[in-house]
Order: sequence, then C-alpha cells, then structure tokens
Amino acid sequence: MTIVRSLLARREALLVLACLLLLAAITARFPAFSTPKNLAGVFNDTSILIMMALGQSAVILTKSIDLSVAANVALTGMTVAMLNHLVPGLPVVVLILVAIGMGMLLGAINGFLVWWLDIPAIVVTLGTMTIFRGLAFVESGGAWVNAHEMSPAFLELPRTLILGLPVLSWTGLVAIVLATLLFTRTGLGRAFYATGGNAVAAVYAGIDIGKTRFLAFVLSGTVAGLCGYLWVSRYAVAYVDVASGFELDTIAACVIGGVSTIGGVGTVGGVVLGALFLGIIKNALPVIGISPFWQMAISGAIIITAVVINARGERVKGRVILRRKELPL
Amino acid sequence: MNAMPSTDTPTTEPILKMTGISKTFPGVKALSDVALELRPGHVTALIGENGAGKSTLVKILTGIYQPDGGNIEIDGKKVDLPTAEAAQDLGITAIHQETVLFDELTVAENIYIGHQPRNRYGLIDWAAMHARAAAILHGIDAPISTRTRLKDLSIAQRHLVAIARALSIDARIVIMDEPTAALSYKEVEELFGIIDRLKKAGKAILFISHKFEEVWQICEYFAVFRDGRQVGAGRLDEVSHNDLVKLMVGRDVTQAFPKLPAEIGDVVLKVDGYCHPTEFDQVSLELRRGEILGLYGLVGAGRSEFCQALFGVTHPSAGTVTLSGKPITVRSPSDAIDAGIVYVPEERGRHGAITAMSIVSNISLPSLKVTSRRNFLRMAEEFDLARKYAERLDLRAASLSQPVGTLSGGNQQKVVIGKWLATLPKVIILDEPTKGIDIGSKAAVHAFMSQLAVEGLAVIMVSSEIPEILGMSDRVIVMREGRMAGVFEREGLTPEALVRAATGNKEAAA
Repeated sequence: MTIVRSLLARREALLVLACLLLLAAITARFPAFSTPKNLAGVFNDTSILIMMALGQSAVILTKSIDLSVAANVALTGMTVAMLNHLVPGLPVVVLILVAIGMGMLLGAINGFLVWWLDIPAIVVTLGTMTIFRGLAFVESGGAWVNAHEMSPAFLELPRTLILGLPVLSWTGLVAIVLATLLFTRTGLGRAFYATGGNAVAAVYAGIDIGKTRFLAFVLSGTVAGLCGYLWVSRYAVAYVDVASGFELDTIAACVIGGVSTIGGVGTVGGVVLGALFLGIIKNALPVIGISPFWQMAISGAIIITAVVINARGERVKGRVILRRKELPL
Repeated sequence: MNAMPSTDTPTTEPILKMTGISKTFPGVKALSDVALELRPGHVTALIGENGAGKSTLVKILTGIYQPDGGNIEIDGKKVDLPTAEAAQDLGITAIHQETVLFDELTVAENIYIGHQPRNRYGLIDWAAMHARAAAILHGIDAPISTRTRLKDLSIAQRHLVAIARALSIDARIVIMDEPTAALSYKEVEELFGIIDRLKKAGKAILFISHKFEEVWQICEYFAVFRDGRQVGAGRLDEVSHNDLVKLMVGRDVTQAFPKLPAEIGDVVLKVDGYCHPTEFDQVSLELRRGEILGLYGLVGAGRSEFCQALFGVTHPSAGTVTLSGKPITVRSPSDAIDAGIVYVPEERGRHGAITAMSIVSNISLPSLKVTSRRNFLRMAEEFDLARKYAERLDLRAASLSQPVGTLSGGNQQKVVIGKWLATLPKVIILDEPTKGIDIGSKAAVHAFMSQLAVEGLAVIMVSSEIPEILGMSDRVIVMREGRMAGVFEREGLTPEALVRAATGNKEAAA
C-alpha cells in the first residue's frame, strides 16, 4: 500500500496513470485510436512540443520564462524556407545548421538581456517575441512560402522512416535522451536546479546564476531554431503566424509535467509526459467529435488542475522554512 | 541634555504594565517572566544583546505574537492583543528598523493607510486626508508635502512620516525599534527633537537601541533584557554606564564552552587594508592554522559585509588577500571555494540550503568539479561524499535522497555545514553560527567548531553574542561602523572591553 501511495505521490506516475485513463476513455469510444500505428502518429505529432517544452523547462527551472520560443520558430522557419526557395541547391544539412545557429543567436539575445541588463525574463521575452515575429514579417513581406516553393529534400527529411519511425520522432527521442543527460548528469543541469531552487544559496555555492540563466535561454532558443525547420518542413508551409501561441503550449506542458513555476523543481520525464498528455488530448478530441472551443477549455482546466497540484506540493515543502522564519531573531 | 527627567516624574503612573510575560518557540524560550512599564511623557530604553528577547517583546506588544502567559495592562485595565489591529486600536504603534511604508504612495496615503477618512458615500475623502495629514506633519514641524511620493524622501523624512502615521491613529504608546540605525548624525538630532515633542504630547515611548550615548541623551527609564529575562529596570539617573554594561552582559561568562586547546600554526590567511566603498574601511587581519578568530561588533558594523567581500560575493575597492603565502584574487565565490575559503552564511534558510534539492545534491553542489569526470557527474561519488559528511555530522535523515526541506532546522544546518566541509577548505567563515538555535544545538555547534580548529582549519566566527565570542575565540577583532575598533587576545579579555570597543563608549572606558 505504501509503495502504491509513494508511487502516486510522484508526478510521473500520476501522469502515466492520467494518460492511460485518457487513452482508455478515448478507446472506449473510438477503438482505432489506440492502435500502435496511431499512437506512433500521436508521438510524432507531439515531438516538436516535447522538444520545445524541454527547452522551456530548462528556462523555467532557473526561475525564468521564455515567451519568445514560438516567434523564434516562426522567424527561423521563415528564414530557412526562404533560403531554400531562393537557393534551391543548398543542402538541407546547411539549412538545419542555419536554423540551429539562428535559434541559438535569438536565445542568446534573450539570455544576454536577462543576464547583463538584469531585466525580468517575462518582460525581455515578451519584447523579443514581438520583435522576432515582426522580423519574420519584414523578411517575408507577409508572403507565404508554400510547399511547391520548397525543395523535395527540404520537405522529406522529417518524414523519412528509420526503423519504421519518422526522423521527426527520432529527433524527439534523441532530445529526451540528451535532456535527461544534461539535467541529471552535468554540472550545468544541476546549476539550473540550484539557480531556481535558491538563487542566493547557488551564488554562495560558487554558481554563476547569470551565466546559468543565459545558457538556459541559449538552449531554449537553439531547440526552437531546430524546431523552426522541422515545423515548416512538416507542415510544408511558412508564414508569419506559424506556431502562433505555441509558447503557451510549451509552458503548459512544463506545468502539467510538474515543473514548478517558481523554479528549481521538475524532471525530464514529467515534461515529456506533460507534453504527451496535451498531445493525446489535441489528437483525440477532434476524433471523438469535440469542438475546438471545448478543446481549449479542457486544456485550460487541465493546466489549472496541474497548477493546484503543484502548489500543494510546494506548500508542504515551504512550511519548514516558514517556521524557521518565525523564530525570534 | 542629560538624564534629567521632567519635574513631575516621580508621581507619573505607568500607562502600560506588562508582567510575567513568557513566550516559547519550538526549542527556544524567547521570553520568560518578563516585566515592563512605560510612562506617559517619558522614554524608556530597552537594552539587550541580540537574541535577548527585545524583538519578541515588541511583537507581543504590537499583537503579532501571542504570549504564552502573563498580563498586559493599559491604564490599569487588563487587555488582550490578539491582532495587530487590536494593538493599534489600543493606541500602540511601532516604528521599525526598516520602516514599513509604501514607496509608491504619497505621504498622506502612507499616513492614513488602513484608516483613510471616508465621506458619506463610503469613498475616500481625499481633501480631508491631505488636510489632516498636513496638520499632523505641521504638528511635528515636518516640512513635507503630503502629495510627495515616499520614494522621493530621505530616510529621516520617512521616519517623520512613520511618526506622523503613529500620531494619526492616536497612538499613546510608541515603540521605536533601533530608529537611528540608518540615520546620519544630523538626522539623529532631528529625530531626538521629534521624540522630545512626542514626550511633551504625553506619549509613552519605548526606545530600543544599542547605542548608549543615545540612551543617555533622551531616555529617563531603562529596562535591560538578557536571555529572555528582564535583569534590571529603573531610572537612568540612578545607574552608571558600567552598571548597564554589567547588566547587559553580566552572565557567567565562564559557562562551559567546549573549546579544546588547538595547536596554532602558520599564518594561513592575511588580509591587508581591505576597503569597500560603503560598508567597511581598512580592515586587516592575520589568521593562523587552528585558530578561531572572533569578529565582534554591533549589527551593521560591517562584519558580514567584510566576510562576504572576502568570499567574492561583493567586491572590495582596495586591499589584498594572501592565502598560504600566495596572493590571491577573489572575483567570485567560485574563486574563493577553489582557493580554499568558504563562507557559511548567517541566514541558512535563505542563503544556505536549496530545500527542494536532495541532501546529496546540496552537499555535493560546491564540490561538483571533484565528483565529476569529463564533465559528467558521477552519482556514486556524490553519494560517497554526502554519506561521509552526513556520518561525521550525525545527520538524522531517512535517506540521503530526501529533499532538504523535509529535514528539521538543526539537520538542515548540518547539511549546509557539511556542504562546506566537503570542499576541504583551509579557511571557514561562520556567520552567526548559533543564531536562533536552542542551547543544546549551540553546544554541539561549538564543540564541532572547536574540533575543526584542532584539525587545523582556520576559523573566522562572526558573532554578536559576547559569551560565545569570549568562550570560543583565540583572538577577537571588534568592528565599529565599518572600521576595526580593537584587536584583543583571549587572555584577560572582559565583556566590558568588548562593549566599549563596539559602542565607542568613552565614559565606560574611563
């Protein structure tokens, strides 16, 4: 009994259970949903969200937030799509490197502003979010880049099957492995947790919290840049409003996955499950015939539920500190 | 203006009488059987070391804490102070060290926050508010516009606003908790002018200060607290400076401090002419292997600031540091840790532990360079390190993977100390190592500190507790207002000498 209870106390177990219940409910109404092929499709569909949510979680762990990731996708996506259109002979590898490099640069701009100018991350990325989208408009003049203007190689890469799974899914899987290594096995990962967990203690322990935050933003931007290419190629279209509002999905995946909005708490497994949970809902609701408006309301209700569960967890942890503060000084 | 109470004093009845007040916090007896009397038109000084229970008493008087026992009488009637509001309604108000006001609001809004004058529709009557605020400010000769935002005022002017606020709620009992700590000499004089006017207006004032000269300048009565007890009270003109110092520190200083004889070795740390633009000036010291150097002074004397600069948290403007004969430059805590200097901060809850992280991760955090290989952390090494120091410090925990936030305060403390010992430092700086912990834990910390010295560590101990300084230190440096006010050897050091150096009290020195 205690094993069950302690298992349930872990966010990951709770999410697995929630995902299974959700799948069971959907399957009851629509059995075809739970075929391996369809589930693989759901995972493929959710890969971009998983990757970007992992980037976002690094930022949130350091007690910051990156609102500019979706605009980053739009700008890098538009840039590589136009580059592909204008210079059709350019190998896709070069375009991917351009996307990654550009995303990294955009992330570095965020990180730099947060680090050196000491501006709150929410303000910085609210600004850069608008700027990045504006730049996407400026460079494209508001025009779309459509499928026929893209080279076949550009379009096919994410769809190419390796061992039965598309490259897009493999990218997601590789990102999960890399993020797990980074978060649990490197000093930088530990610094993310320490910076958000207690910035003052982190400074005293010799961690440069400004640099740590900067690197979290660089990571988040880099992932967004790569996803810029993946997105445009997968949906075979680039326009200014690509991924509009997607930054909120990445944050929602983190929150549902148990990442504390005040930093310092969260796991890769939780974030991945949080993203998958959203992915399942997104894919399932149209199938079982629920209107898109209800989808949004349901997503919102789930986010609030997750925040309530997070807040209760944090309160238990906070109590000890509070009692110490009440001591006479 | 010396201690001549006004002519009518002997007949003045106390407006406030507290008797038998006790208050216990988990593990700490903050106040036991304390008494205090305040008289209208007079200032009573409340004197005592840090941790003597002064702040707890103020919080009881302002309704923030509830006493476990005892009586509070106002005008001879027993009263209860269940909430801050209740205390305010009875005319008790406190002006705190860091005055609690609102930067973005105007002077009038600050004065009337929480009890704004209303018009007949229940809306705020702005005209009346400004008029009344102006009248109150005029009454205390404070030439401040009621429409100025608080952030545009000097600290002294903010005090005036706080005092005006006290008057606006018709306070009869005004508590001033170290009101002069942040004021310049001239501002202090102005504040004393106001206190004089409050006295004339018949207010009873409780004045908490470490500075004896101020006490003598404006107070008529005194009460001395020590270790949560009232150890003396009466009229100031019946006692001398030395009497007060004795009351304040006069406990049995030879009480058991487990200082072991440690072999004092070579100079490890040498600091020369350390300066900071605002916090301290020309601090120099030498620290030897096996030595415990006490750093004593009043709150705000610049001790912690000096140590933080030594640790690279802030940056000195001048001065050099030599460690084991080699000059070092410390630009960040990471440099200091690499060089072998560590700092265990004062507020361990806020500055020390990362409560959401596991015990292992907390202990290994400053040592990750050692426990990782080719930039990859090795969990097994981290566990070994944590286990070693958990055993050494007798840490009580179900598992080393549990979050530090789930441990008791004393055990959190051990995690923080273990974290620093794991870096194998040469110099360890302990800032108020026993502040706010109970007697039993104190003894354990002292024994441990002594053990560290025996093992050859050089220890700097910042402390505001005289018995601790006298009991543990091989040598003591006293700081006052950012400067070194004296260096004392352990032999023949008296509490009076320390207090004199720390307060700059010349009469007591005579």
